[in-house]
Amino acid sequence: MWKLINDFSFGLFFWQIAILIVLILLLKKYAWGPILNSLNSREEGIKDALESAEKARIEMQNLKADNEKLLQDARAERDAILREAREMKEKVITDASEEAQKKADKIVAQAKESINLEKQAAMTELKNQVANLSIEIAEKVIRKELSDKKEQHAMIEKMIGNAKLN
Amino acid sequence: MRKKNIFNFFLGGLFILVSMNNMNGQENEHNDEAEEHGQEAHATAEEDGAVNTKEGIKEFVDHHLKDSHYFSFFADGEAGEHFGFPLPVILWDNGLKVFSASEFHYGEELAEIDGTHYKLYHTKIYKTDAEGTITYDERGFPANEKPLDFSITKNVIAMLTASLLLFLFFWGLARNYKKSKIPTGFGRILEPLVIYVRDDIAKPNIGPKYKKYMSLLLTVFFFILLLNLFGLTPLGINVTGNIAVTFGLALITFLIVQFSGNKHYWKHIFWMPGVPVPMKIVLMPIEILGMFTKPFALMIRLFANMTAGHVVVMSLLGLIFIFQNWIAGPTFFLFTIFISVIELLVAFLQAYIFTLLSALYIGMAVEDHADHPDDHSDDLPVV
Repeated sequence: MWKLINDFSFGLFFWQIAILIVLILLLKKYAWGPILNSLNSREEGIKDALESAEKARIEMQNLKADNEKLLQDARAERDAILREAREMKEKVITDASEEAQKKADKIVAQAKESINLEKQAAMTELKNQVANLSIEIAEKVIRKELSDKKEQHAMIEKMIGNAKLN
Repeated sequence: MRKKNIFNFFLGGLFILVSMNNMNGQENEHNDEAEEHGQEAHATAEEDGAVNTKEGIKEFVDHHLKDSHYFSFFADGEAGEHFGFPLPVILWDNGLKVFSASEFHYGEELAEIDGTHYKLYHTKIYKTDAEGTITYDERGFPANEKPLDFSITKNVIAMLTASLLLFLFFWGLARNYKKSKIPTGFGRILEPLVIYVRDDIAKPNIGPKYKKYMSLLLTVFFFILLLNLFGLTPLGINVTGNIAVTFGLALITFLIVQFSGNKHYWKHIFWMPGVPVPMKIVLMPIEILGMFTKPFALMIRLFANMTAGHVVVMSLLGLIFIFQNWIAGPTFFLFTIFISVIELLVAFLQAYIFTLLSALYIGMAVEDHADHPDDHSDDLPVV
């Protein structure tokens, strides 16, 4: 203890205090102030950058979600359009075939009708020709036998009416 | 003898200054015998100046721990030669007296300045008569009158060098930030330390008012750190192991703490809230004592740690010169390296602890107690 007190050098103490105070003031002005300010501003910058990055990330996510939704909508729309087109195609095909069927039926029906008509006409003509032929034959036959043509014709008419064709 | 010489050279060069008085190997300097046979012992020591005895090494270590008026790099004890340069002596003794320490011839001669004789005795300057008589008081210390010694001693040189280096380092770092936001080169080592002091010492201990004290804490931290590291170099500097230096550092902390103390701080000292009145009266002197013990502990802790480290390293090296054989040499050399590495840790640790506790004391003085008036858990004991 006394050795320490004996060793105590006031001069060294004086210089130490003087040097340290001058050093503190000098460093404060030329070093610590600028350094701490730069560190603070850098840290603020990093904080801001991190925050904006986070914001950007969330925005990106939103954007991505939007895109996804748009894509889904587009896909759904495409599907709908395709389905419609397919339906339309089928409908067109069905309609066309129905129409064709109808037309064909109609044509067939008309053909049948005209065939019937032709047949009828042909029948009638044939009947008439047969009748005329029969009459001519009968006239020739009966002329020999009958003198009264009129009476004979009525008799033949009556006979043809009884004789059913078909 | 030649080998011894080389070792001697090595010892001085590797670790610490060999100041002139160490070489003289004086023993029992404080008793009457030394007084009577002082001159004789002096003469004997000069004949056999090698540091290879127990007493010689004790002296050597003792003088290494002290300040010096010479900046010696090493000395040849046997030849009595010193390699270094004298430093200016500035005395205040009925007027300013400035002269070179070379006047003392490493303590062998008296310096006569303006008709007054001065003697350099164990690194201190005393006023003596023309014969250089030193008288001793009852404790064995020289009783001669001491002039006020403002000399630029080795420790002052070391502190100035450290200050200059610190200024260059951190001025450089500050300018570095103007160019880029990220430091380059040596600044990459300094920046984490600055951030560490701010985030792990100042902020948690002082709280929101930490900015005001950053300059003090940073300067003190790096000042102590650099001087501690200087102490590990072979230049033989022991600044932070000097009681005057640690006293100055602790005094600054003490004054800062007292001047930043708010009313809660003073109330805690003089009229502790939340305890019965008799306890308040008992606590008052304890708290007042605590005001002084805290910086006192700071002073002693740094001083004792650094001194102890230097003593251990020097003593281990000294053992090499006592044994002087091929087993002891490498063994103690390795021991010394081991202790030196520990000392490197201690250099950082002590700078950290001094700054941390300073911050803690400042924090206690400026803390706002409004939120928890009954909480005294922050009144930590002196570590």
